[in-house]
Amino acid sequence: MIAIRRPGVLASVQDLGRHGHRQLGICPGGALDVLALTLANRLVGNADREAGLELTMGGCELQFETDTRIALAGDDFGASLDGVPIWPCWSVPVAAGQTLRLAGANAAGTKKTGVRSWLAVAGGIDVPPVLGSRSTDLKAGFGGLEGRPLRKGDRLATGVSTLDAAQRERRPFGIRGPDWGPAEDDGAIALRVLPGPEFELFTLAAREQLWGERWRITPQSNRMGSRLEGAELKRKRGGDMLSSGVIPGTIQVPPSGQPIILMGDAQTTGGYPRIGVVIRADLWKLAQAPLNGRLRLVQVDQPQALAAWAGQQRYLSQVAQGLAAAGWPNAA
Amino acid sequence: MNDLPLPRLHLLGDAALLCDLPAPATLAQQQRIWALAEHARQWPGVGETLPGMNNLTLTFDPTAIDLDTLTARVLEAWPKLSAGAVEGRLVEIPVAYGGEHGPDLADVAAHTGFTPAEVVRRHTAAEYVVYLLGFLPGFSFMGGLPPELATPRRAEPRLAVPARSVGIGGEQTGIYPLVSPGGWQLIGRTPLELFDPAAEPPTLLRPGDRVRFVAESVQT
Repeated sequence: MIAIRRPGVLASVQDLGRHGHRQLGICPGGALDVLALTLANRLVGNADREAGLELTMGGCELQFETDTRIALAGDDFGASLDGVPIWPCWSVPVAAGQTLRLAGANAAGTKKTGVRSWLAVAGGIDVPPVLGSRSTDLKAGFGGLEGRPLRKGDRLATGVSTLDAAQRERRPFGIRGPDWGPAEDDGAIALRVLPGPEFELFTLAAREQLWGERWRITPQSNRMGSRLEGAELKRKRGGDMLSSGVIPGTIQVPPSGQPIILMGDAQTTGGYPRIGVVIRADLWKLAQAPLNGRLRLVQVDQPQALAAWAGQQRYLSQVAQGLAAAGWPNAA
Repeated sequence: MNDLPLPRLHLLGDAALLCDLPAPATLAQQQRIWALAEHARQWPGVGETLPGMNNLTLTFDPTAIDLDTLTARVLEAWPKLSAGAVEGRLVEIPVAYGGEHGPDLADVAAHTGFTPAEVVRRHTAAEYVVYLLGFLPGFSFMGGLPPELATPRRAEPRLAVPARSVGIGGEQTGIYPLVSPGGWQLIGRTPLELFDPAAEPPTLLRPGDRVRFVAESVQT
């Protein structure tokens, strides 16, 4: 069991998402950074589909009631286990009674780069699957733990781990984290984007601004979407659009001209023009991009997007091979 | 039916394809969209099918089916689809109209120039078709509202519309499956659950279903 002493701003149970029900209006949800959750799961010998915790802006405290093993991915928020620092993408043994702490976003002395962390625990978080997933649908209020964010005093069960006692107690080890790509001069995060179905609906100026602007991620962002602030993206003409499918990564532009990049908890259909769509291989960067941070949107074509995806899959294969070579169970 | 307009195809990201039909949206076109969804679900490499209003989004695995192949399959299948392929069910939805369940019934009556009882009579006399589900789990976008009942949304949206409220928003009618913010005019409430994650299927309505509202009670 894991006891939640402090959940921080928003902590919830998430797995790879609830797929196959979009046409019933049910959003895929799941860990916003699937790559991070997958890495964390593999580091503790879990199958990729196991549920972990998505933690937001640090400031949390979790106590483990049994011996286990954990891994954190994403931002570490100065994480420590009984005061001993632990790093993202490390696999760490935990003794019963130990406490994991993530410093708050404003804690002095912690370097703040990201916004979310994903925690995997050996055996996975054991909540009943609903519609094929353990993810919490916070908007509709089902899945995860009672369909809600975690609260102080909650206790979470874990499933059966593939690790034997020797593996569980093995000394900490880590893997190379995912590649952020070349850093931008001004610290902006570059996201690769395919033009969307309504790209041509926007003025030439707006289309240039989309690629030229350094978009600020406003604090009104959440699991439904990241709201950006920058140049006003104007359409050639107004008029209503009929409801049409949206997927995570869709950049829709409401009448304000300020784009919103939809994320896992967004509704399944939308009525705003879609100027672009962030490629799948870069969604994890958006999930980790800090509030008030800057984004640059870079135009790519589908072959480039697929090459980026293939590169990410190659990295995951390398992780799996590396872990297998080190004698780590591979439950994927 | 040789002059059937073909869908315009556009990528929605690197692993989804939008099939968009030319305006106007008609029931006949929407029926073909449901039929295409049924078809495409059987194709290897296609994941989810999501009908919109006059369009369909397909998610696909580009390592299993490339874009050119998928595009060709859609364009080849489209003219052969039968509009009657998806036979929806007729679902009757009991509604308590007016009073605390439908606080805006009087406003709709005032806007349309009918008595509240006449609004209810016309709302229950029509047969509706579920074009698509979206916005919330189990929320259906229905066609078939008698045009004379069309009423603009409320100037101030409610922060929390009670679950199972039946409303009119512009030229549409629908039911809120869950408590949510919303700007539609609320004319009644049904005891039926529109969304139950533990049920199979989890939603009361599916694209293609026909709906009739049945007045259980009317408070004016």
